[in-house]
Order: sequence, then structure tokens, then C-alpha cells
Amino acid sequence: MEAMWLSIKLAACVAFILLALGMPLAYWLAYTKWRWKFLLEVIVALPLVLPPTVLGFYALVAMGPRGPLGALWTALFGHSLAFTFSGLVLASVLYSLPFAVQPLIVSFEGVDGKLLAASAVLGAGKWRTFWRVIVPLSLPGVLTAVVLSFAHTMGEFGVVLMVGGNLAGATRTVSIEIYDHVQSLEYAAANRLALALLAISFCVLTLVYGVNRRVRQRTWMPWTTE
Amino acid sequence: MTPLAGNTLNALIRKARRSAKHSAFVLDIALDLPAGITILFGPSGAGKSTVLDCIAGLVRPDAGHIAIGEEVVFDTQQQIDLAPQHRHVAYVFQSLALFPHLTVEQNVTYGLAYLPAAEQKARAAHILEGFRVDRLATRKPQELSGGEQQRVALARSLVTEPRALLLDEPLTGLDAELKAAIVDDLRVWNAANKIPILYVTHSRDEVDALGERVIALDHGSVVSEGTPQNVLDAPRRKRLAQAAGFQNLLSGTVVDLRESDGVMRVHLNKTELEVPLGYARVGDPVRVAIRAGDILLAMEKPRGLSARNLLEGRLVSLEELGSIVAARVDCGDVFQVQVTRGAARELGLAAGGTVWMVIKTHSCHLVEN
Repeated sequence: MEAMWLSIKLAACVAFILLALGMPLAYWLAYTKWRWKFLLEVIVALPLVLPPTVLGFYALVAMGPRGPLGALWTALFGHSLAFTFSGLVLASVLYSLPFAVQPLIVSFEGVDGKLLAASAVLGAGKWRTFWRVIVPLSLPGVLTAVVLSFAHTMGEFGVVLMVGGNLAGATRTVSIEIYDHVQSLEYAAANRLALALLAISFCVLTLVYGVNRRVRQRTWMPWTTE
Repeated sequence: MTPLAGNTLNALIRKARRSAKHSAFVLDIALDLPAGITILFGPSGAGKSTVLDCIAGLVRPDAGHIAIGEEVVFDTQQQIDLAPQHRHVAYVFQSLALFPHLTVEQNVTYGLAYLPAAEQKARAAHILEGFRVDRLATRKPQELSGGEQQRVALARSLVTEPRALLLDEPLTGLDAELKAAIVDDLRVWNAANKIPILYVTHSRDEVDALGERVIALDHGSVVSEGTPQNVLDAPRRKRLAQAAGFQNLLSGTVVDLRESDGVMRVHLNKTELEVPLGYARVGDPVRVAIRAGDILLAMEKPRGLSARNLLEGRLVSLEELGSIVAARVDCGDVFQVQVTRGAARELGLAAGGTVWMVIKTHSCHLVEN
């Protein structure tokens, strides 16, 4: 049960951070006319195609005592970043980044440009236009972003194993525990957890599809190609 | 209504336009608008909307100077380029761009964020009443009819007390009666506020209904300017002629100049027309534009008429278009003629029959290619 709680805590943290980080990033990517923006898009999309172990490996190296991030962290907080909950959050944010940013970009781009022009002509600056027009009209995308980053973090395995190791209470998430159970041939225990994870994922996706069907707005899903 | 000093809009805009849909050209236009309605008229793709976008600050001209009242909002030499939200210009788009997630009242108060809430509500209520849509305040835009949406869009723009109003074909798709009613309300509003209103349209009917001043634009330049009669009844360019409703555009050659009579004769394919004297020599190719409604039909050869052009031809086809009947008459050259349904009935017009066309010299307009 400890593992389940840890997974939910991790997923919630990651979803929250990604929402705060993803909104400005997606806004910028959706509206900038910078000619090299595609390079940033590539970086954001990279975790989609990269094996989790590759991302996890580099995250681990960066977080290690000799890595730049690890050294900085140790200087600030007095302990290493690798194999801690914070390290896990950081790596998961990177890993789930496209699942938050892509739906936001697609939603923001879907907002009629004339509405943005109308808002500006009516005296609203960019900040007010963002909160009063873009965000309200992108709610399905915002919901998709939160839910997908939550669900994706809940189910991740490779990155957690590389960066977090397997410390009970700190970094042992559900997916790791399932793996542990299977290794020790405890199939009944593995099944209980696996079933719970399956149920959660099913509910979450039902929610997203249900809402998106009702609002009929274009939303990005990892398995839709454009 | 006398324009107040300062309520003017001056714009000098130069912008190269590249477009996949329309031909590329340089928009080069100087506008000097007093208070009241000025119509910017021209075929689609002439650059009308780009002019509005530049004035509103949504598109940046390559060079120029835009001043609203005393304030310069754009000037390339002084490096002034105010953002749209600081120009105090109202803009009603063709699509209206009402916020779909906000109620009518919230749409109208959107531009009043700097005021206390009670004041916002009071102003919204007042302007909605002025445009006769006060009972719709709690509805969402998609629950309104087209005419109601247009009224709300006008109210939302004007409640901010703008210094100029830009309208991009805001009344497209409404029937004439509704259009006239909305325009009347707009005139009443502007009688009190006296700001320059630039009204873009490609519809001839709207020019007739609204017209005080008309500026005709084509390929990015002003081709004609004045009252609707001056601009529309003597179109000098082919594209403008088509937009202004000249259904007959005929090519011919000048065969005779009669300077003393102020006329010349133009030979078309098989027939000859007497047209007003233009700047042309014998042998020059010219184009003649004639409105279908300016041609009279007779069943026999008319006698004792002042009209100089009488052409006998065969009625090729008849087509009912609402209250009018469009006929095609072939006399070697094919002419489009429009008569009322009553006239068509009384004359007993039938396809295949012989008719006479009567065309006054001054119904024939020379246009440049």
C-alpha cells in the first residue's frame, strides 16, 4: 500500500509541476514565429521515442555527485539528488513533458486567432487574453495534459528504476513493486497491484475521452497522428 | 452633423503583400477620414481588410504614418508602433469574433475591465438597449440569430468609447431590411459620438444604403473617391466594374469620334454602340460596361426615342432571379438584360422571340482594362 501511495504522490507532484511549466512553454511554442522553434519541439517530443532507460541513464549521470545537477543540489541541500523522491520527480517531469505540452499546444493553436485579435483590440494585454480567452477555450486540452501526465507517471518503470533505485517509502513505486513481486514469484500480490493500476488507468482515460467527446475540441493524444 | 475637430483618422500605409490566394501587390494608400461613415469598396483581394488590420495594429505596415485624432499610433520614421490594446480603435470582424464562452453581457463588458463592476454593468445595459438586444444579456453568442450577433458585436466594440470604428463586412448575410435597421442604429449612435467609421464592403447594395463617402480600392491603391454615384456609376476599371454590378463588359474598337456631339462609336463583334466620348483614338481597343438593369426591352422597333442605341436581337434565355428576370439577348453580341417580373409578363417575353434593346449613350461606361 505504501508503494501505491508513493506512486500517487509522485504522479500528483509531476502533474502539478508540468501544468505550471507546460502552460508557458506551450503558449510560447504555439504562438512564436521564431524560425528555430522546431528544435525545441524536437526536444520536448524526444521522451516519446526515447527508451526510458536512456533518459533515466542521463538523468542519473546528471544527478550523480559528479554531475552538474547533483553537485548543485548537494551544495544547496547537503544530500545527493539521485535515489531520492525529489530526483524521481525531476526525472519524471522530463519524461512526461510531451504528455503535458503537446495537448496544450494543440489546444492553444486551436483557439480562433480572430478571438485573440478581438481581445487585443478591446484593450486586453497578452496576460489577460491568455487567462480570459485562451485558457477557458482550451480547458479540454488542459484536462488532457493533467490527466495524461498523471497517468503516464503512475505507470512508468524504466526511469524510476534508473534514477530512483528501489528504496521502500522513498522511490519504490507500484510498477517497481509489481516487478519485485513477480521476481519473487508472488503472483497473487503482483496481480492485486496490477489490477489496481489497470483500473486507475482505465478510469482516467474514460474521463478524458468522455470530456473531449462532449466538448468536441481537437485534443492531442499520444496515439493520434496529425 | 459637423465633425468635431480632432475626430479624424489619417493613415498613410505602404505594405507589400504576398499571398498564395491573391496576386501579390503593394498596398499603397492615403486616407483622410472625417467623422461619419466612409465606405472602403472594392473586389475581394483588393487589400481592404489589410488596411483595417494596419489601422488596428494587428498587421504592421512596411512604412507609413497612422494618426487617430491628435495621437500618432504608428509612424515608421518616429519609430512609433502602439500595440492594438493601446490604440482605442474598435474593430468588428466579418466573423464578429464574439467570445463563445462568455455571455452577451460578459462579451460587452470585456473591454471595460478598467472600470468598477457596477459601472461596467450599467454601461453594458445602456449600449445593449441602444442596439435593441438588452433582453439577450444572459445568453451565449451561439444562442443568438445572425442579426442579434451583429448587434452584440457592434455594442461590444462601441461600449469602449473608441476613437474610430473599423467594420469589416459586418452585415454580410443579413437581409436588406435588417441591414438597414442596424445601420440606422449605428447612425443614431454616431450622431452622438461623431467618430470616423471605416466600413469595408464589396457589396454594391451596402454602398447605396450607407453611402456618404466612398473610396474604391483595387490592387492596393485608391482608384476612385467620392459619392456613391461618382464612384460606382463611372467605374474606370474592369474589376471594379464587375464588383459594382455591371453585368455587361464588352470589348470593342473605336471606329468613329464625334467630338462636337461628345460621343464616339464603338464596334463590338457584330454591332455598334454609341458611347460617351473618352480619351481614345480611332482604332483603339476599349471596354464598355453596361448595367443589365439600364437596358430597356421592346417588342417592336421603338420610334421617336432619344436613346441612341437600338439593337434588334434574339432572346436566348430567361431566368427568374427573385423579383427580377434576367434575359440574354443575342444580336451578334450577347447582352445581359434585367427587367421586373411584371414587365416580363406584360411583354410576354419568351425565349426564342425577337426583341429590341434600347440603351442610352450615357448608360454605356468606358472602363480601363
